[in-house]
Amino acid sequence: MIEIKGLTKRFGNKPVVEDVSIKIQPGAITSFIGPNGAGKSTLLSMVSRLLDADTGEVLLDKNDVKKWKSDEFAKRVSILKQANFLNVRLTIRELVSFGRYPYSKGRLTIEDEQSVDQAIEYMNLTDMQDKFLDELSGGQKQRAFIAMVIAQDTEYILLDEPLNNLDMKHSVQIMKILRKLVDDLGKTVVIVLHDINFASVYSDNIVALKNGRVVKDGPTNEIINSEALREIYDMNIPVQEQNGCRICVYFNSHS
Amino acid sequence: MRLWMLIVAAVILSFISLFIGAIDIKPSDLLNWDSREMQIFLISRVPRLIAIILAGVGMSIAGLIMQSLSRNKFVSPTTAGTLDAAKLGILISMLFFTNVTYTQQVIFSFAFALIGTLLFMQILDRIKFKDVIFVPLIGIMYGNILSSITTFFAYEADLLQNISSWLMGSFTLIIAGRYELLYLSVPAVILAYLYANKFTVAGMGEDFAKNLGLSYKLVLNIGLILVAVIATTVVLTVGVIPFLGLIVPNIVSLYMGDNLRKTIPHTAVLGIVFLLLCDIIGRVVIYPYEIPVNVTVAVIGSVIFLIMLIRGRAYAK
Repeated sequence: MIEIKGLTKRFGNKPVVEDVSIKIQPGAITSFIGPNGAGKSTLLSMVSRLLDADTGEVLLDKNDVKKWKSDEFAKRVSILKQANFLNVRLTIRELVSFGRYPYSKGRLTIEDEQSVDQAIEYMNLTDMQDKFLDELSGGQKQRAFIAMVIAQDTEYILLDEPLNNLDMKHSVQIMKILRKLVDDLGKTVVIVLHDINFASVYSDNIVALKNGRVVKDGPTNEIINSEALREIYDMNIPVQEQNGCRICVYFNSHS
Repeated sequence: MRLWMLIVAAVILSFISLFIGAIDIKPSDLLNWDSREMQIFLISRVPRLIAIILAGVGMSIAGLIMQSLSRNKFVSPTTAGTLDAAKLGILISMLFFTNVTYTQQVIFSFAFALIGTLLFMQILDRIKFKDVIFVPLIGIMYGNILSSITTFFAYEADLLQNISSWLMGSFTLIIAGRYELLYLSVPAVILAYLYANKFTVAGMGEDFAKNLGLSYKLVLNIGLILVAVIATTVVLTVGVIPFLGLIVPNIVSLYMGDNLRKTIPHTAVLGIVFLLLCDIIGRVVIYPYEIPVNVTVAVIGSVIFLIMLIRGRAYAK
């Protein structure tokens, strides 16, 4: 269980995240949404220890994340930031193998090799596992990184805008995979999303941030309605239901 | 390319290197332990070969570590000020102590190489525009500034002749008793191999490394210390050899990728082959005289570097 208590982060004098307190529901997808500069990515970075908070704490199983040993923490929580610009020439298999680093420190056991095989298989990358990352398309690359995270086998998977630079087809593909990770493997996924409709269709819970503060926090169906959206985005957004999905039609809205 | 092919090439070139020189030595001469040829062989030829092997391995591995940690294909001891800082260190030790000992020179040179490289990494951290070409250009400018400082103080202190000898990488003066410092690079290279996985992970960026539970700063610092040890031993015994740490790891990266555990053996052996080849060429073009190895390396290396720059921009990104 991840619990965030009174988390604040300032860059210079400007507060980027201010007094945020939320609980992440295990075994569900939680999306962080909000306008640019709302502090979504900063919040995610603090949860995953990439950034230190100024005040407040993040608790993983009731223990401050800062007190966890690095390799133990890496077996519980993984984070994927936008990785498309990575210029290291590794094959997919080599990359996925590094997911086992917290367990094996690079000397893979037979069990490690097996989980690497499974992760590659799970992401449908078996045929191209010996290709170099720089030979892949954006969608394939993103799948390779998710395979690495699967091999890392953490309970919590945090992703910072994983749909960036992906076309519609690949975005849907990635979101479906995340859904499967939660439904089939019981993972807890926390994701920063820009497109509110992906958040609406695929997540269980939504945390909406604005100017560093939490404005809404709850199950998806309580957040995706015109009233709440106005509060978050300062926009008039009609919500329509299509095949049981709530779609926000914001393209021609006037504030 | 297979590792055994490189090893065969290295062995053949080593054999040639042992039997080329102003004095004609045939393998049959070595049957007589007391012969003059045997003496030359043991005092000059063998040490020279060992020095070439150690310098070739060392400089290539140092370049590989730097490229991985800086996440830039064109950063190397010559394009990040490491060698210039090492030279400055030697000069300072000479100005500081009137009768400078070898150990003092080694310590000063090591400290300066380390601080100089750290400083460059700090500069790298701060600039926003991280273009593959722009970064090494900054490194070269930075190295030239260090070099100018060295030249200025050397001129003032009448030590110009001294420092120009370190500028010129050459194996001509390597004889028994003058190269043994290079053995210090052996543990550094072994350690680099043991740390290969950590360097690869660190090479994917701080966030990526932290996600896998790696203490990024520690690995970075260990890498820079290894680079400084290697650079110091090479500058103090052989002198500056340009391009080696730049070209060799890049060629290996092209056909093998960037997984250091896999590429370190190839990089090491290719470094030996390349440096041996350059040294042999330098010894035969104006036989029985010699061209210092840094000239042949620079001529061949700069051509390869240019090709990499023009063709490789896409690959290095």
